[in-house]
Amino acid sequence: MADKTFIVKIKRQQRSDEAVRWEEYELRYRPHMNVIICLRDIAEKPFTRSGSESTPVSYEANCLEEICGACAMIVNGKPRQACTALVDDLEKPIRLEPLTKFPLIRDLQVDRSSMFENLKRTKCWIPIDGTYDLGPGPRMSPETQEVGYALSQCITCGNCLEICPKVNENSHFVGAAIVSQVRLFNMHPTGKMHAGPRLEALMGPGGIEDCDNAQNCVKVCPKGIPLTESLAAVNGQVLVHAVKSFFRGS
Amino acid sequence: MRQPKIIIVGGGLAGLMAAIRVAEAGVTADLFSIVPVKRSHSVCAQGGINAAKNLKGEGDSTWKHFDDTIYGGDFLANQPLVKGMCEAAPAIIDLLDRMGVMFNRTPEGLLDFRRFGGTLYHRTAFAGATTGQQLLYALDEQVRRFEAEDKVKKFEGWTFLSAVLDHTGVCRGICAMDLKTMEIKTFACDAAIFCTGGIGAVFGRSTNSVVCTGSAQSALFQQGAYYANGEFIQVHPTAIPGEDKLRLMSESARGEGGRVWVPKTPQDPRPARQIPETERFYFLEEWYPKYGNLVPRDVATRAIHKVVYEMKMGLAGDPAVYLDVTHIPREVLERKLEGILEIYEKFVGVDPHVEPMKVFPAMHYTMGGLWVDNENQATNIPGVYAAGECEYQYHGANRLGANSLVSCIYGGGIAGAAAVRYARSLESGCENTSPAVYERERVRQQDISDALLNQHTGTENPLTIWREMGDIMTENVTVIRYNAALQKTLLKLDELSERFKRINLQDRTQWSNQTLNFVRELGNMLVLAKVITLGALARNETRGAHYKPEFPDRDDKNWLKTTKASWNAGKIQLEYEAVDTSLLPLRERKYTAAK
Repeated sequence: MADKTFIVKIKRQQRSDEAVRWEEYELRYRPHMNVIICLRDIAEKPFTRSGSESTPVSYEANCLEEICGACAMIVNGKPRQACTALVDDLEKPIRLEPLTKFPLIRDLQVDRSSMFENLKRTKCWIPIDGTYDLGPGPRMSPETQEVGYALSQCITCGNCLEICPKVNENSHFVGAAIVSQVRLFNMHPTGKMHAGPRLEALMGPGGIEDCDNAQNCVKVCPKGIPLTESLAAVNGQVLVHAVKSFFRGS
Repeated sequence: MRQPKIIIVGGGLAGLMAAIRVAEAGVTADLFSIVPVKRSHSVCAQGGINAAKNLKGEGDSTWKHFDDTIYGGDFLANQPLVKGMCEAAPAIIDLLDRMGVMFNRTPEGLLDFRRFGGTLYHRTAFAGATTGQQLLYALDEQVRRFEAEDKVKKFEGWTFLSAVLDHTGVCRGICAMDLKTMEIKTFACDAAIFCTGGIGAVFGRSTNSVVCTGSAQSALFQQGAYYANGEFIQVHPTAIPGEDKLRLMSESARGEGGRVWVPKTPQDPRPARQIPETERFYFLEEWYPKYGNLVPRDVATRAIHKVVYEMKMGLAGDPAVYLDVTHIPREVLERKLEGILEIYEKFVGVDPHVEPMKVFPAMHYTMGGLWVDNENQATNIPGVYAAGECEYQYHGANRLGANSLVSCIYGGGIAGAAAVRYARSLESGCENTSPAVYERERVRQQDISDALLNQHTGTENPLTIWREMGDIMTENVTVIRYNAALQKTLLKLDELSERFKRINLQDRTQWSNQTLNFVRELGNMLVLAKVITLGALARNETRGAHYKPEFPDRDDKNWLKTTKASWNAGKIQLEYEAVDTSLLPLRERKYTAAK
């Protein structure tokens, strides 16, 4: 009996300034396949369905267990991690496209360095005095830890930016992931001493005001982070901070 | 005073800690990483980080942590630095806590600790079951802060190809390739610190991330660095088998009370839940009553192999056993283990809160790595330092769970400070090195890439060679080692090296050519595979993770020594060095009773 096969269609582009082409590959089905295995199958036999010679597909991937954030792409129209996209659960033919809100590098690979730049701009860190031994950190209730831990699991995949209508050519909203990180650092006992500059970084164009509450972000977060709660919480902090700054005359 | 130049290769826990120490010393660090550092493999560490803080009233101490680590490593580790690491561990936890790591807490707001393998104490601090992620992010954030102050400069999306060595053999820089433009460039430095992690890809499938190829270590080895104890490979007892990756199910599942079992009746057709307690074989608890499910990894892995292959009691005849957490209250699972249970559910499609997980051992960690000295994390190449999994110093013949994160941070910190001291002590810095030295290395590396790109007659596929290498390494050089099989493996590796010369790149573009990079890594992996196999073949004893049924006992008379492999005109040579056992007396290692 012939092997069971299925079709994968991939949007390919050698470079961002070159023509887009969709290529179709016919792959041999095995149980428990994911999209990463599909891409490796293509790399091992880089021929399209019609038999013409192709090249291995460029894509980012590292941990393959949905914790590094690398392999985000659009699978059947939805932004998600390729490693947890199981072939058994996907409608065929499977369609793979790169994220569209970030500069394309090649094929399914994009440049998400803007997210790391925004983490820098919003000062998402705890400003410690130094790495020498200063004793334990501040005490924290288990309840606070649970909220913080949920937020600190953000893998910077960019899915929440991809789905956000306010991230587009004309609006450069920093996105829910960054806002949620600001919330995380502003709730930490040490971090909250330095909340002001983080909030100021979220005022003005691209800041929290750009969010129009579409609430798509929370639906595509692979880590189930309460992003809409973070957006609401930080929005409140920014308003209070603006009012306080106004009365202080700064 | 001249400003020294330091390069760090690798941005996981060790590399980030090194960068922080370099920046704190007032020196700018150039940090090279294949992936954005926040996506480094440290992110995959799950269970926790060890430190004898003794917050549970058990009378734990850093000395006991030291003793457990040396005993767990079957006395192969040099003792002084391990002692230093265990003594530093409580302050490392405090530092991470101050950096904002969301460690689990007790009702009093203090750090919570759980048990892990190879110890009887609650010594492991944790952040859910994604501790590595949380630690990596904390250090990443600190480095981002230094980056904002221009004290660290990141080169993300670059891969290391080789060190630039001057005519006296001193490291004066590195040669690296931009993975987007494929440009090969040299970068001058006074000292380079390597924190390039594990080598899982040498075994094809493992619990490691895609970037853990060992390529950098192998390149340095081929430039004269010693590679030590390569034969010591940790196979983790509990992972989910998969075609692309073997996904780790953390030891913390057992630390929180998870139990390993198989049905007493082989091939019992009943679903796990319907098999009564009396008809289950909890083999670890039965064979190791004192440590139970928390024996060290090599012991648990061999027990699973015995149950599956010798006793033929694998689940439904398959190579798998149950890892059962269904008896643990859901509230505890959600607070302490959710990260890994989610992975299981997403990839297997079965809810582990309700059904026991099916797991099997998987290649996980290399205890061996670049040889470093007993003080400064310095390799034998002047100016080259190493820290983290890519070096061999801390774990002897078997690493204890939750000791890797602490060794990364401890070693990274030492390497950062030592590299700065060395760079400041140089009479003549890299600015006085002739440009011809850099150009020679750049041309050598460019020629390797050009030869691959210009070879049009090749017939071999790189992924096929990689898979065949991984399959034979996994079959013959992991849990059980026979000399005849190791010999056969060496012949196969020679065959693969020959076929490697006839590789067809299939992609000749000069833009984000991932195949070109992979092929260059594969060449280095083949060399490392031989180092590991030769070391295993030579070592005729059983010690820690290195198990030879033909030589079933530890042989301190002949083999209490560190393997040092070196590269001599394309040939691998082995020599040996005494182990520093000055602090703890040798004892037989057995986990059937308390030590």
